[in-house]
Order: sequence, then structure tokens, then C-alpha cells
Amino acid sequence: MKNKSIATLTIVVLAAILLNYVAFFGINVGNFEYGGMFGNNGIKKGIDLAGGSVITFQAVEKDANGNKIGDIVPSTEDMTSLKGIFDLRMQAEGYTEARISSSDDGKITVEIPEMQDTDAAAELLGTTAKLTFNDADGNVILDAGTDLKSASYEFGATEQGTAATHHVKVEFNPDARQKFADATRAAAARVSEGKNYIAIVKDGEIVSQPSVSKEIDESSCVITGQFTADSARQLANQIQSGSLPVDLEIAGANKVGAELGPDALKNSIIAAAIGLLLIMIFMVAMYRLPGLIADISLLIYIGLMGLIMGLFHFNLSLSGIAGIVLSIGMAVDADCIIFERVKEEMRLGKTIRASVMSGFDKAFSAIFDSNVTTIITCIVLILSKISTITGFAWTLGIGVILSMFTAIVITKFLMKQLLGIGIENRNLFCPAKAKKGGAEVNA
Amino acid sequence: MLKNLTKNRWKFAIIPALIIVVGAIFGFIHKSNEGFFNFDVEFIGGTRMEIDLKQEFSNDEVAQLVQESTPENVNAVVQKGNNDTTVIIKVPSLGNAPAAAENTAAEGTEDAASETSQIRTVDDEMRTNIINALKEKYQITDDNIISVNSASASFGKEVQTKAILFTLIAIACILIYIAIRFEWRSAVMAVIALAINVLIMASVYTITYIPLNTTFIAAMLTVIGYSINNTIVIFDRIRENMKMRKKNETISEMTDRSILETMGRTINSTITTLITIVLIYILGASTIKDFALPLIVGIIAGAYTSIFLASTFWAVWKESDIQAKALAAQDRRNAKKNK
Repeated sequence: MKNKSIATLTIVVLAAILLNYVAFFGINVGNFEYGGMFGNNGIKKGIDLAGGSVITFQAVEKDANGNKIGDIVPSTEDMTSLKGIFDLRMQAEGYTEARISSSDDGKITVEIPEMQDTDAAAELLGTTAKLTFNDADGNVILDAGTDLKSASYEFGATEQGTAATHHVKVEFNPDARQKFADATRAAAARVSEGKNYIAIVKDGEIVSQPSVSKEIDESSCVITGQFTADSARQLANQIQSGSLPVDLEIAGANKVGAELGPDALKNSIIAAAIGLLLIMIFMVAMYRLPGLIADISLLIYIGLMGLIMGLFHFNLSLSGIAGIVLSIGMAVDADCIIFERVKEEMRLGKTIRASVMSGFDKAFSAIFDSNVTTIITCIVLILSKISTITGFAWTLGIGVILSMFTAIVITKFLMKQLLGIGIENRNLFCPAKAKKGGAEVNA
Repeated sequence: MLKNLTKNRWKFAIIPALIIVVGAIFGFIHKSNEGFFNFDVEFIGGTRMEIDLKQEFSNDEVAQLVQESTPENVNAVVQKGNNDTTVIIKVPSLGNAPAAAENTAAEGTEDAASETSQIRTVDDEMRTNIINALKEKYQITDDNIISVNSASASFGKEVQTKAILFTLIAIACILIYIAIRFEWRSAVMAVIALAINVLIMASVYTITYIPLNTTFIAAMLTVIGYSINNTIVIFDRIRENMKMRKKNETISEMTDRSILETMGRTINSTITTLITIVLIYILGASTIKDFALPLIVGIIAGAYTSIFLASTFWAVWKESDIQAKALAAQDRRNAKKNK
């Protein structure tokens, strides 16, 4: 019994250390590679920690000539598709960590951490990108939204013997191929009127206007024009992601620095590490052996928290740090409740084992009720969808659930092992109070 | 005094009341010059500039420069940034300056659109003036401008209202939960204690006049979560002791005993929570300090109100209700006898 308990305790301690190592420094075993919580595929840094661009759009209504009529509030459906398109466009440019929020008056704010070129980002996202193929009379032949299967950027010569250009290659849907063939045949026939061309129009502006000499019956075509590599790539990206359901106007585009300073994250980590160490020392000073057990639980808690935040790519900003700090404090709180109870039971003269067991039993309702109220708060705040607040609510909520688990399951398991070792010295569980005249029953 | 907590409950209420009163007085003093709270530009709308001046500078000097480049009724805030050479300048939008604000309110909605564009250009001009003045004085270029961020007041206001709304919903849910698991008197007292904590935190913002922005919301939520936690642990002990109360022990005595029994845990877990936050306060940059200070005060206040106010006032309330019931029962019995 004794040896088994010591062995179990040792294994748990080693597992806790390994867990923390993996959570913070990563692991590289076989095909599985994880860079740790602060590695490339760990947490995302919020805009207040990393800086970036903040762009605000206003949804507007435009008349046929592209002149603004007034502000509008897009429907929920439009808003959802808008967010989807924004996500696609940004992902294509490699910005996967942007946060999009909308307000009730039709404003959409996009925060892109680490994005430096604000104007380019505003242009990329704000362009409606409604692309049509028109004939010389302005009749729409093809609409990119329904008739094109895909679009991609290419560089090279489009015809033999010409210079290489930046261009966009588009693939037609099956019936679009027929429509395009018909239209090119019709256009080619109008050479005498000087109307033998097809215009490719994006948001009311002609991108390119190639002349047509014969019917083109192919599954794809290329759009050439005055493109640079970037503008061609952007056009392809915009066609691929689809056109915006509403027109947008840029209400504000700003580059922001890391508001909390470049060292904010590093300093917070140092503070957390020192704090953790002090808490561990404090727990041992207050609760002796059980305090040591609480420290092992706390270590497991920190490891699990780091692992979850890293693996699920939590967006870490100031409010998230606040949530973590609070949850570390609360993580040992459950242990405090239990061990104070154990002390009380021991002062009543009970044996160590009986005190520990009834301590856990009696502490449960306090731990449960106090944590449930916190979880309720977190759920309500997550539902609020206010970006700064949801970050806080997620970290705190997960922290509270994890701390309940570590206190009730892990601490209890470890305490049982401790009892298994069979330590007789009551002072190691319940330090005698120095105060005189107290009803101390310590043997 | 520490043995008879319930008896001395009003004395314990003096300290938080004093802090709140002092906070309110500071608020009204500030209100006569600038505003009750030091609302950050993200709440009232305006421009926030962060510029690297490439040299150490004096705040007053920059403030003077900013004052010269803006109209008289604009109160810009000048702060040192995260190192000694960067400056943060916050200029409220002219739309919020007293004179202009009255104007906008008086005019109809139709003119509002043209009004906004008007304001925007004035703000732009102000911003350019400030930057040019700094460029001239400190020999810097556009590359030294770290960020220029303009926020519209409507957006900040919306976040603010929404945050407050959802916080109230959360509190209402907590109230219901406590009323079910404990009793409705406990729920009311827990929420009152919580309101006191939030007021004390708000006092920190008026007394120190640190800028109030969305981090206030995060700090407030932290304190709400924390103080509810503390209060419930004490109520839990009262619930338990209530079941096994001796006949000759009054509710006040039982409550005092419950508070003292949980005191060790309340103090210890407050210390562990404070350890990390105090360290963040010591190591953090100025923005984080502005966030950590109200948190530290709020957490101490949370422990204080849980220990000295929530359950003591609950005990007296409960006692008087029981007495009233007993009296009513007595009356009924007497009435029956008299018949």
C-alpha cells in the first residue's frame, strides 16, 4: 500500500511536469508536431497585443450609376454571407486571425492583427467585386456570381509570341460555356459596327475589353488588362470568394500599434510565473502536506489550461489575460475550501483519514455553488458576442470548469495516495495554531 | 468588534460608504472641468495618436503644443507611452465639445449626415495640425507615427450599452440561481454587495482619473465573478449551520460563527488571487497598470463586503422576518383565545 502510493504520486508528478512541458514548449513525435502555446500554431495574439489594422465599413445603398443614396442596415442573412466572404478573402491573403464585428446601424468593423498595409486591406475587403461579362450594348452575358466555377491568378504569355502578362483565368460553369460561345459568335458578327468586343465589368468599371474575331467555345478564358501581380491576384481572390451582397463604404481605416506595448505578453507571462511560484509557496506554508498536493493539482491545471488554449487557438488579449489570472486565483480557492474544512474536522479530534474524507464531502456544495454562478456569468457573456468580453468569458469559464475538475477529482485522488503512505504526524496536515487558549486538539 | 460582526454591521458599512462618497465628490469636481469619468476616446469618439518622438520629452511641453494646435474648447489628454520616447495623445471629437454637442442635438436628423461630415473634416484638420506641430518641434517624420486611430462615438456607446445590458442579465441569472439554491434574501444581499463593489471600483476611476475604456468592463466582470464567489462560500456555511443550529443560538450568532469559520478560506484565497494581480501591476506597462489597479481594489472590496456586509445584513433581515412571523402567529393565537 505504502510503496504503491509513493509510486503513484511520483508518476503523477512526472506526468504533470511532462504535461506542462508539452503545453508550453511543444512536442514533436512522429507525425505529430505542436509548437507549444506560444508557438506558431498555438494561441492567436489579439490586436491589442500584436497591433494591426482596424477597418470600419458602412453598408450603403447605391443607385445604378454607383452614387450613394444612403446608409442601410443589411439583413442578418446578408451580414452572415458578408462575414463569410470577408473570411475567405482574408484567408486567401494569409490573415486567418481577423475578427469581424457588426453594429446595429450597419457598421462592420474588421480587426486584423499584424496586418500593416491598411489601405490594401480596406480595398481588398470593401470592393463589392460584382463582375459581369457584357456585350457592346451593355447587356449582361455572364454573371461571375452564378456562371463562373473558379478563378485563379496566372503569369505567362496568353498567346504564343506575346509577352508574359499577369492575368486571371476563369472557369465557366457548363451552361455558361454555351452562353459565352453564343455571345462571342454574335459579337464577332458585328465587326462592321465596330461593336465586336466583350466588356468585362467590375463594379461598374471596365476591367478589360477584348475584341472578338470568332466564336470562342471553351471551358475557360483569361482576363487580361493593366494588371500587376498584386491586382491580378486580388481580382482572382475576389471572384473566387464571391461578390458582396451589399455595397460598402469605408468609414474608417486605421493602423494601430500594439496598444498594450510590445512587452505586454512577455511581462504578463513573467508575472503569472512568479505569481504561480508564490502561490505554491503560500499553499505549502498554510496547509503543509495538503498544500503540496494542491500545488501538484495546480501544476496539472496550468498544463491543461495551456494545452486547451493552444490547441484551440484562443485569441489572447488583455481581457483574456484577466480571465486567466482570475481563474488561477480561483483554482486554488477550491483547495482552500477543502483544506480549511479538513483542518476544522481535525480540530474536532477526528483521525486524519476521517477528516480528509469528510472535508471533501462538506466542501463540495460550497465549491459547486460558487463555481456554477461563475459559469452562469460566463455563458451569458459569451452569448453577448462582444469581442473583448467573450475572450474573457471563455478563458474564465474553461478555467473554472477545469479547476473544479482538478480540485474535486485530482486533489482528492492525490490526497488518497497521501493517506495511503500512512503519515501519522498531524502537524503535517493541520499546523497547530500559535494562539493560546484555542480549542486545539492536535496530538 | 471583530467578534460581533452582525451587531457592528453599520460600522463596517462606513468604510465602503466613505470610499463611494469620496469617489462621487471627485467625480463632481472632475465634472466641472472635464467630465465625471475620464472616458477614453473609444467611448466618446475621437482620435488616439501614438507617436515616437525619438527623444525624452516633458508631458507639459507636448500638452502645450497640442493645446496650441487645437481649438480652445478641446481637452486633449497627453500620456507617456510604453517607453520614454513615445507619446499617446487622445483628442476627443469636436462633436462632443459642449458647444458643438448642443448644436447637433438641436438640429434635425436630416442635417445630421452633413453635420457628421463637417465634424470629420474638423477632426482631420485638428489631427494634421497636431502632427505637424510635433514634426516641426521634434524633427520626426511620418515613419515615427506608430498609430493613428479614430473611433466613432456611436460604436463605443453601443459596446458600452450592450456590455452593461448583458452584465445585468448575468446578474439576474445569478440572482435566480442563489434564490433557488439558498433563499431570496441571500440573493438580494449578494447582489447588493456586488453593486457596492462595482461602485467602489467606479470610485477608483474617478479618484485616480485613469481613463475608462473597455478594459473597465473586463475589470468589472472579474470583480463581479470574484465577489459572488466569496459571498456564496459564506452563505453555504450559513446554510449548513442553519440546519444544525442549537436552540439557544440566535441567527446573528450563528452567522457570526459561520463568517469566522470561513474566514481562513476567504483571506487565503483573496491573497492567492491578489498575488498574481499585484505582480501584473508591478511588471505591466501603463495600460495594464490602469487595468490592474481597479482590479486589486475591487478584489479587496469583494472580500470585505462578503465578510462584513452581505451575511451580517442578511442575518438581521432574516431575524426580523422570523420575529415578525412569530408575532403574527402569537397574535393569531391570542385572537383565537379571545374568541
